[in-house]
Amino acid sequence: MAAALEPLAARAPPMRTGGPLAWIRTQLFGSWPSGVATLALVGLFAWWLPGLFDWAVLHAVTAPSLDACRAARGSGACWGAIVEKHRLVIFGRYPFDEQWRPLAATLALLALLTASCTRVFWNRWLALAWPAVLVAFFALMSGGVFGLASVPTDRWGGLPLTIMLSTFSVALAFPLAVLVALGRRSTLPAIRTLCAVYVELVRGVPLVSVLFMASFMFPLLMPPGVSIDVLLRVLAGITLFGAAYLAEVVRGGLQAVPNGQIEAAASLGLTYWQTQRKIVLPQALAMVVPGIMNSFISTFKDTSLVTIVSLYELTGSLGLAFDSDADWRPYKIEGYLFIAVIYFAFCLSMSRYSLWVETHLSRSRER
Amino acid sequence: MQRRWSWRSRTLRALAYQVFALALIAAGAGFLMHNTLVNMRVRGIQSGFDFLTSTAGFDIGESPIAYESTDPYWKAFAVGVLNTLRVAAIGIVATTLLGTLAGVGRFSRNAIVRGLSYGYVELFRNVPVLLQLLTWYILFTQVLPPINEAIRLAPGIYISKSGMSFPWPLWAPGHAMAAAGALAGLAAGWGYRRWARIQFERTGKPWPVVLPGAALLIGGAFAGWLIGGAPAALDVPVKGEFVIEGGAALTPEFMSVLTGLVIYTGTFVAEVVRAGIQAVPRGQVEAAAALGLSRWQQMRLIVLPQALRVIIPPLTNQYLNLTKNSSLAVAIGYPDIVSISNTAINQTGRAVECIAVIMAVYLALSLATSALMGWYNRRAAIRER
Repeated sequence: MAAALEPLAARAPPMRTGGPLAWIRTQLFGSWPSGVATLALVGLFAWWLPGLFDWAVLHAVTAPSLDACRAARGSGACWGAIVEKHRLVIFGRYPFDEQWRPLAATLALLALLTASCTRVFWNRWLALAWPAVLVAFFALMSGGVFGLASVPTDRWGGLPLTIMLSTFSVALAFPLAVLVALGRRSTLPAIRTLCAVYVELVRGVPLVSVLFMASFMFPLLMPPGVSIDVLLRVLAGITLFGAAYLAEVVRGGLQAVPNGQIEAAASLGLTYWQTQRKIVLPQALAMVVPGIMNSFISTFKDTSLVTIVSLYELTGSLGLAFDSDADWRPYKIEGYLFIAVIYFAFCLSMSRYSLWVETHLSRSRER
Repeated sequence: MQRRWSWRSRTLRALAYQVFALALIAAGAGFLMHNTLVNMRVRGIQSGFDFLTSTAGFDIGESPIAYESTDPYWKAFAVGVLNTLRVAAIGIVATTLLGTLAGVGRFSRNAIVRGLSYGYVELFRNVPVLLQLLTWYILFTQVLPPINEAIRLAPGIYISKSGMSFPWPLWAPGHAMAAAGALAGLAAGWGYRRWARIQFERTGKPWPVVLPGAALLIGGAFAGWLIGGAPAALDVPVKGEFVIEGGAALTPEFMSVLTGLVIYTGTFVAEVVRAGIQAVPRGQVEAAAALGLSRWQQMRLIVLPQALRVIIPPLTNQYLNLTKNSSLAVAIGYPDIVSISNTAINQTGRAVECIAVIMAVYLALSLATSALMGWYNRRAAIRER
């Protein structure tokens, strides 16, 4: 009766579910199609990325030297072109010695926008700061006051123009959009129809056609002798265009306010405007902050279109900087990448903010 | 009972507001109209659409229909509309494929596929589409080699600064037979699908639909092609010293517009698809897994049909956006309707009429797309009992 009790062989330990190895096993080689995809993609990256890295970093020229750039042509990027042209790209044709003015004005505008997005500053002062900063922006940019040299609007350009066009058009479009959204939900048939026709008409045509209208047709619409600056015409065009889209966003918020709220307000004896101002709009607008933010992002991107009607915002001033200079023209692609990074940084930070607001809002609604 | 018309009467106030609003709009419109007429008289601008029949006198880089510079303006506009439609139609199909891939890719079990989909969406959504078009245009016209050093991608396919050339079948009556065969195959496939559905509902056994349907379609086309005498003549591009002759060609302008629009709009479609899939409750997927459906079956039979209802309305918006954004082609010289109208404005000075043409074309396209997608949406909607 020997060996009565042989212990069983130890079982293998359970598969590890933590740690990098387990992550690779489950996330990269979870099944055979997944494994094939991983290998194919890694192979593709191994094939592409070194070349890209060579071009963008290893063989790139960062000094603003034309000879070095020509020597590296085809094998390395010429970031020196951006170093050479950055003032012209960012400020456009604004007089070189006065470029501190657009810088200061833009920084003030950006500070105002940042403050508007921060909860601590949400008070009465912010409402007062808006008109003050907008007026200061115009005063700084156009000059003619406080001993500043006057700069006509056709010399404005670059990033200040991009930021100004998007901020002003959204700020002006917003009140209009609220009115139109209320109009589309009005019980008065004539007003409802007017607002619906406006929104559907504008949403059915491309922005380029609206800009063409602002550029070619607007002068015909004004009384003889009256001429309006092209910048203001284009600003009006973008505002009217953006307001239609924004109105739909706001209308979405209005529809989400329960009817009981309006009935309760009516039973308290509030008038139509009191109801809208104190009961409906605060709830509706809070719900659509992400939508408004998206609208702002698309307006920011859409401002690049004004280059088609010869206003030199960021995209236009890049063309201006490189097209007028035969030596540097071959390096325009580096310039495009540069302003793409600027647009990307602005849009990404705005969309991140919008995400933050969204989680913030849903947190207050979760129980 | 005597009715008292006082300002406190709600009916009266409503009426007064509406009359006031209408009067304001009418006065504004009248004012602008009057100014326009006065300005036109002062500047000696002629108006009216009579210029449509006069000679256009400019060349158009590419045209799906025969066009000469001696043709009238209306024909130039027609070429522009066709060019817009060409980009929009191909773009909508391509962007749907790309966007769906990237949107579904966000739910992949593979971390690299997930990361790639996410990176693609974030990168290309946050850069203006105009900038992307301009960048593609530079890539296609400056980075590619000149035509005498054209890159041979595959036998008969060349790509260079001047565009891409590829083989194209020479037209033969047999192709019409092939098309007829494909139509017959389509009809047969549809009939087979109905039959398979009846079988499925009677026996409860799933019946393969996709592969036999595709086989019927392709088989029908192939049979038609054989009956038509199997025309196999291809117009293959031949590379000469300075020019590539023969075959079909895509201009760099067309390729830039198409690539830029598809990649940009694809990111939005991906987000729409992702949101649609996320809107399907998790319990549905878990229930499907509990029934033993494979991951692919879960997606195709359970998730996608439900997600489609959420997806279609915003997807329609993206299609409309793509069509409207094709107007940016004017920036790189692709002769779409906006580009042609721009030339016409500069030549004739009739801004009002030309802008009216642009707006009418896009409004018509928007309404048509909305109507089509509305019809499809009603089909995909829940059939409530």
